[in-house]
Amino acid sequence: MSVWDFIITNAPALAIAVPLLGAFLTPLIYRAGRKTALIWVLSVLSFTEFLALLLVYLVNTYGIQVYVFGGNPSTLVIPPDSRGIPIRIIFTVDGMSAFTALISSTIGLVAGIYSVASEKGRGAQDKFFALLLLLVVGMMGMALTGDIFNFFVFLEINSLSAAALVSYRIHGGKAVEAAFKYAVVSSIGALMILFAIAILYGEYDALNMAMIAERMYQTGFSTMDIIAMALIVVTLAMKCGAVPMHYWVPDGYGEAPGEISAMIMVASQASLYGLFRMCFTVFGLSANTHSLGWFLIILGLLSMFIGVTMAFLQHDIKRLMAYHSVSQTGYMLLGVGVGLATLGTSAFNQYGLFAMEGGIFHILNNMLYKGLLFLTAGAIIYRVGTSDLNKMGGLAHSMKFTAIFYLIGALAIAGIPPFNGFVSKLMIYESVYQLNPFLAVVAAIVSMLTLASFLKVFHSAFMGPKLYNVKEVPKSMLIAMGILSFFIVLFGIFPNIAMTYLVAPAAHALADPVGYITRVLGGGP
Amino acid sequence: MMSKIVRTQANFLYPFILIFGFYIVAHGHLTPGGGFQGGAVIATGIALVIVAYGYDRIKSWIKKSTLTATESIGLLCFILTAFIGIGTSFFYNFLANSGLLFGDRVSYGVNPGYLNTAGTLPIMNLAVGIEVLGGLGAILMYMMSYGKEVDK
Amino acid sequence: MIFNAPFISVMILVIFGLYAMVFRRNLIKVVIGLDIVESAVNLFMVSLGYVKNGIAPIYTNSPGGAMVLPTPQALTLTSIVIGVATSAMLLSFCILIYRYYGTLDTRKVRRLRE
Repeated sequence: MSVWDFIITNAPALAIAVPLLGAFLTPLIYRAGRKTALIWVLSVLSFTEFLALLLVYLVNTYGIQVYVFGGNPSTLVIPPDSRGIPIRIIFTVDGMSAFTALISSTIGLVAGIYSVASEKGRGAQDKFFALLLLLVVGMMGMALTGDIFNFFVFLEINSLSAAALVSYRIHGGKAVEAAFKYAVVSSIGALMILFAIAILYGEYDALNMAMIAERMYQTGFSTMDIIAMALIVVTLAMKCGAVPMHYWVPDGYGEAPGEISAMIMVASQASLYGLFRMCFTVFGLSANTHSLGWFLIILGLLSMFIGVTMAFLQHDIKRLMAYHSVSQTGYMLLGVGVGLATLGTSAFNQYGLFAMEGGIFHILNNMLYKGLLFLTAGAIIYRVGTSDLNKMGGLAHSMKFTAIFYLIGALAIAGIPPFNGFVSKLMIYESVYQLNPFLAVVAAIVSMLTLASFLKVFHSAFMGPKLYNVKEVPKSMLIAMGILSFFIVLFGIFPNIAMTYLVAPAAHALADPVGYITRVLGGGP
Repeated sequence: MMSKIVRTQANFLYPFILIFGFYIVAHGHLTPGGGFQGGAVIATGIALVIVAYGYDRIKSWIKKSTLTATESIGLLCFILTAFIGIGTSFFYNFLANSGLLFGDRVSYGVNPGYLNTAGTLPIMNLAVGIEVLGGLGAILMYMMSYGKEVDK
Repeated sequence: MIFNAPFISVMILVIFGLYAMVFRRNLIKVVIGLDIVESAVNLFMVSLGYVKNGIAPIYTNSPGGAMVLPTPQALTLTSIVIGVATSAMLLSFCILIYRYYGTLDTRKVRRLRE
């Protein structure tokens, strides 16, 4: 067996194992010097990115991948002596999982490159990079796992490392306060999810998502299932920052270093993935998907509108962007919610699937341009030393590249044509309009308000007389921003690349819970 | 620093706590317990000497960097044990029933329990034990050192 | 009725924990409230796996008879381990907040709102 075969066979496990090994070795390697440790961290992140791309390829070519930890062979889901229950921890990689794993590892790699320069000279960097790798592990694990308890464990890894990273720059205690808030909110949320998991386990005697979905379909949807579903859906909506539960978002995103804000934004999109996975795969067959879909749509509408209006009141650049990411989460909830509301009806094939594709494409686009905007905000704070918009001005004179990158991100988030935000927003408007015209009108208005808000930031930060005598940011930060800008332009001009290989498989995978269950519990290739 | 009575008691109890902790770690696959519980017991031993002697004296005996390195090494042993089985699958128990270390076959039904069974589980318990004693010890030491700075 | 007692105490513990988290003014007590909720969830899981007159699910020197379900106990153990990490991190945050703010009163620890 060659190395290549070996990697292909074990790709789902390696996607977790490699960054985990990297995280554990980083504190030891850091003793040999910062440069060695950075090379190590970046090569681990690059290899993880490669594995995520490989998973996308494998899923597109061979269908859903199943990996059983400790199984002999590694595809044996139900051992002969287990009475038909999948007792081992299983990674199930379908289109949506591979998509989320890809965006998680990409933002990890970009944040790793960015922090080479942005965190230079700060203390406890071995811990910083170890936590960064652990955050990647948490996101990838949430995306790839097919086991509901394992999902909780990765959710906790995600929350704990994110909270520790938020507090990395203590900032006179303010960052620690934000991290405390974030950690308490995520922990109580994770405990509620654990409660729901215990309810589901008590009812169905299984922790495997496919097994739970199948048994729930056989026995019917009970009252206890409704409680479990409410706990899971509300908690994951809170973790992804949807509006009635969005109060932790501006603090957490606002106080973290720039690259960590971008990573936490993607971490909350991993929670969004969890929400979609639970709604479609676990509860999709049994629950009333129509009302569940409308619940997501209403959450999405509220998030879009309140997020953008709150953003107008902010004069701190990071908090402003944090409210915008609440607003962008609304678009994804709206798109996928329309898909969920029409699931199983004839309307699904008319426009529901298209709305889902729009929502999922928006996740990818949001990762790119929102990540870029957080990185530019980090670059501004790196040079100017303040995050207050009223104290900035004239930065375009001296930080030309940062200004260009900011403009690309701002135009993309507002949905201006040559950039990628336009494509996904247009898809959402077109499809959502057919369910209810009001939804599309709100989405379009929010898009205009977003443009106004970001132009305001551009004006106050980059235009005007030269207030600060600063240099351009170091190269590694520019490279990180350049990578994201490149993909923004690429997916804006050629959206078909992302649509064919990433978004369409993800939407089809979510819309097909029966295929997921049959692939895991027997049958299929 | 506490009184002489407390310090003598701590001196007396410390080795027993360590041995009890390692007993729990080593018998993790046979009895209730395992790596985390045993490691936590050992960390209580560290807590005991910190309380008895005070942080200022302890910090020259137990280095924080040693504890964090212990933690990393424990985690590393765990993940490497998982990696060795990757020829079959990640976390595959390649030692069980192999006749090698910890490789004896478990007899069916009620039995007094044999230490030389369960394959990679005892190794992973040991790794987790090392990790937890390092991790909890480091948490205690760091919290004590921050507490000292706050007091000033 | 008597077999519902664990579940009733789970609900009471959850309510106590949430009360402490929402209405107590001290950050340490917020952490304690979180730990109480965690214990409640752990109790819930252990009592799910309980079998009447069951023994611990270990074959070593087992006296025979029905065994309780081991899986919820494994889940509980994992949850306890995660809980230790969470508490340690939150308490470290408390130490840092006390160092920079000089207080742990939630009414005074709100520099972010300014």
